[in-house]
Amino acid sequence: MTAPGKQPPGTAVRDRRDEQIELVIGRLLQWGVLAAAIVVVIGGLLLLAQYGHLPANFRQFNGEDAALRSVGGIIRAARSGDSRAIVQLGLVLLIATPAARVALTLGAFIIQRDRLYMLTTTIVVALLLYGLIWGRA
Amino acid sequence: MLALFLALGSFGAGLLGALTGLGGGLVVVPMMTLLFHIDLRYAIGASLVSVIATSSGAAAAYVREGFTNVRVGIFLEVATTVGALSGAALAGFIPTSALAVLFGLVLLYTAYRSLRAPEEHPTDLPSDPLALRLRLNSTYPTAAGIRAYSVQGVKKGFALMFVAGVLSALLGIGSGIVKVLAMDHTMKLPFKVSTTTSNFMIGVTAAASAGVYLHRGYIEPALAFPVMLGVLAGALLGARILAGAKTLWLRRIFTTVVVVLALEMLYKGLRGGL
Repeated sequence: MTAPGKQPPGTAVRDRRDEQIELVIGRLLQWGVLAAAIVVVIGGLLLLAQYGHLPANFRQFNGEDAALRSVGGIIRAARSGDSRAIVQLGLVLLIATPAARVALTLGAFIIQRDRLYMLTTTIVVALLLYGLIWGRA
Repeated sequence: MLALFLALGSFGAGLLGALTGLGGGLVVVPMMTLLFHIDLRYAIGASLVSVIATSSGAAAAYVREGFTNVRVGIFLEVATTVGALSGAALAGFIPTSALAVLFGLVLLYTAYRSLRAPEEHPTDLPSDPLALRLRLNSTYPTAAGIRAYSVQGVKKGFALMFVAGVLSALLGIGSGIVKVLAMDHTMKLPFKVSTTTSNFMIGVTAAASAGVYLHRGYIEPALAFPVMLGVLAGALLGARILAGAKTLWLRRIFTTVVVVLALEMLYKGLRGGL
């Protein structure tokens, strides 16, 4: 047991500012999920209306349409009102949400002038964007 | 009709996952492949999306409790995201029957861990020197006030997190169980800090491979939308009623479900029927 103020060396002290930042980030995350869910609901209802009567077979893997596999293609198709693309757009928003969280955490480390964690956080953001935008692994 | 049944099944998975703390992603893939006969790759895509939704949706509540160690989370995310991208790269070369066997083994291991009480361990041992350099040691609130803790086994924990990332991508799960194992068992973080920091990391890990799978066509909107919404609604409801729920028998039921699914996945995988 260690009393506060007499912590072992190297202990990062959680101050109120840390908690405030985290709280704001947590809230933003929830808004991100909510926004993504709303887009998915709208697209999903349209999808059921447009394609709901068609028999679907997902036993075999055919892969998604090429247009719905990239962020740019999804945005273009969603603009023209394609319901499948609107769902996909919501899912892209959802996949981008954790990346936004890490990017905001980067902001917190910049405020704290914590160079080591600025670097670490940048690596994580770069890896996430690499997966989402270029899609290679 | 498929959408409706998928949404209902996913709702149940999300609800039980939240109530037992085992996560809904674990049973979504077996449900989709065994019950609905959906190709494993579509199931993995839909499951990863639902994992991101539940992890991010619950984040704010966890932060308020003041347990999450953001530095530990960010540091270990380097390992989990590299692991997830590696797993996604590997996924194309591994036959689905082998993935089914791996899935069965992970389910069995999860059931085994869930029946054991979390072990108590001292959290004030001398710190791993690497943890000092990385400033991973921190404090957490207890009934007796703020307590400091030190972090052990940084390298081994980092390596385990890479494995967690690979499994997350290969199987479409959050692999929270491996993350907690690494932080609780190896790095000796307090249990509450392990579970909340794990939740913080799950969405990031899943997002890394979900991005890659989007480009490979694993994410099918007609399947992902009922699964994501169902799991999310179930998980949110589960988090609400968690406070007053008797979780012991729920845990037993869920563990039984997990074991049955595990055996089925092993059988299908070994017979090559998935």
